Amino acid sequence: MKQEIKGGPLTRLIMNDVAGRRMMMIILAIAIIVPFCNLVFPEGSALHVSTYTMTLLGKYLCYALLAVSVDLIWGYCGILSLGHGAFFALGGYAMGMYLMRQIGDRGVYANPDLPDFMVFLNWTEVPWYWFGFDQFWFAMVMVLAVPGILAFVFGALAFRSRVTGVYLSIITQALTYALMLAFFRNDMGFGGNNGLTDFKDILGFDLQADSTRAALFFASGIALILGYLISRFIVTSKLGRVLVAIRDSESRARFLGYRVEWYKLFVFVVSAMLAGVAGALYVPQVGIINPGEFAPINSIEMIIWVAVGGRGTLFGAVIGAVLVNYAKTYFTGAFAELWLFMLGGLFVLTTLYLPKGVVGLWAQMKDKFMSSGGGGNSGITTGSSSGKSSDQKTSKEAEGNA
Amino acid sequence: MSLAKTKHIEQPTVLYMDGVSVSFDGFKALNSLSLFIEPGEMRAIIGPNGAGKTTMMDVITGKTRPDEGRILFNDELDLTRYDEAQVANMGVGRKFQKPSVIESLTVFENLEMSLKGGRSVWQALTHKLTGAKQDKIDEILSMIDLKDRLYEDAGSLSHGQKQWLEIGMLLGQEPELLLIDEPAAGMTDEETMKTAELFKELSKKHSLMVVEHDMDFIEALDCRVTVLHEGSVLAEGSLANVKNNQQVIEVYLGR
Repeated sequence: MKQEIKGGPLTRLIMNDVAGRRMMMIILAIAIIVPFCNLVFPEGSALHVSTYTMTLLGKYLCYALLAVSVDLIWGYCGILSLGHGAFFALGGYAMGMYLMRQIGDRGVYANPDLPDFMVFLNWTEVPWYWFGFDQFWFAMVMVLAVPGILAFVFGALAFRSRVTGVYLSIITQALTYALMLAFFRNDMGFGGNNGLTDFKDILGFDLQADSTRAALFFASGIALILGYLISRFIVTSKLGRVLVAIRDSESRARFLGYRVEWYKLFVFVVSAMLAGVAGALYVPQVGIINPGEFAPINSIEMIIWVAVGGRGTLFGAVIGAVLVNYAKTYFTGAFAELWLFMLGGLFVLTTLYLPKGVVGLWAQMKDKFMSSGGGGNSGITTGSSSGKSSDQKTSKEAEGNA
Repeated sequence: MSLAKTKHIEQPTVLYMDGVSVSFDGFKALNSLSLFIEPGEMRAIIGPNGAGKTTMMDVITGKTRPDEGRILFNDELDLTRYDEAQVANMGVGRKFQKPSVIESLTVFENLEMSLKGGRSVWQALTHKLTGAKQDKIDEILSMIDLKDRLYEDAGSLSHGQKQWLEIGMLLGQEPELLLIDEPAAGMTDEETMKTAELFKELSKKHSLMVVEHDMDFIEALDCRVTVLHEGSVLAEGSLANVKNNQQVIEVYLGR
């Protein structure tokens, strides 16, 4: 029967998730080895990892966390948010505001009180919503709070009015588009078109220094692992099964006595906060945040990452985010103008031929190998939870829950 | 209890519908429908298509709000003021016509989720399977005969088994009143008779309202029958009685 390893909550969480555990080990190893190779081995050494590569991989880690947050709501609860980039960008802006305040009088205009773009706009004082952002802890609270509150208000309105399916997707898309237009305006006070950039340091450490980059990279790896564990804890609890019930049959969940809107709201807010954290770690590594991050296309890309990786598995989202972004890095370098066509093609192919994503393909091949090799009941003994989830949680996808 | 005093009848009722009307775009799905069910009673509801059977269930369970009328549950609560989740938690279970189990969860997980209590988000997050809950699941499993499919996905069950699982999920909720929409649809004769037996067993502890087309099934239930037609009650009585009612014959044959 179902083999579950007992023990404390954390032991159970980690030990019953074979695939996820392996993946987290790999990420932990990368989070340690890459900065190590960057800092310890000199340039030119075969073992040296360039700062460029490390930053690029750091971006992938942030995207992977973002993908986990998307999978949490889409894969498990069936909420297809096409505006998740908004939460990512807001987390990024919160971090960006802190980094702007850190510049101090080292800006082009050397104004100790005002960021450059405010001097340029002839503003005499910092607007009220910038107060507190010179404190790191305050900015970190805002990284969680701003996406969280927006998700709460938006979700409360949408879910209580029972907006679902395509309609929900469209209004989430409208949300991120509206935010993009708003942030493009100079008088919003977020740097307009140019966004926030020219950052100098974080917590007093030089952002250009390899050691700071290495620390940010490590932090991104740890954030991904923690984000994964939080999500995994949620989806393996009874709450996670209620989410699946909502995804598969919302009315059944209601008639069982579950307040569907509260469940959706909870998971939507958690997901938005995870996306915010991803954005906050992304910004100091790429060195800029601008309204382009709110672009609807970004939010759609996230869906593709998750679909390619394998929806409803969490670790599939990590794989998908890394694969697609690696492909993006490569192809936008090699033949830039074709990338969007390839992305679109990838989504079509995935939906048609890989409804369970790369992870599902892996499971299929393993099953084939096991049955021909006489391995027998692989499904039951290898991942009581992980194998199962990768096999079936995505099965609805092809039918077009999207 | 002030509401109870305004009832037209004396005896206690588990469900008391009084002048309930619903219309959709001018079409009167329920037309001043009044009926009551006594505690512990099993009632079969029949009626031609469009008679308002499903709408009636929607109205009772808080899915649809009626234009007029009230629905008393246990003589005190007016169900028309609550939504689906609240009505379910008060003790009204509903089974749909099409089996609606959670296909990607196992039989066990489906049942576990249905167990009474722990409906808040926090309770769900910190939920632990206690021995008492396990016992309850075992008890339900032996009633619905799915013991050996426990860890299989509900989606892999046969149609009849899904119907049974859904009934099991209703039992997990420990409702006082069960509303059951066409349970025998798509079942084999043998399964149908088994289901009728199960319902008879259930009626010892619960009140049941069963909507059904299958006359053999209703005969096997051996209970009071209400005939709905155009959104209100056309006739009520024993099956034999109702079958001989001239109006009922006209409604069924006239179509």
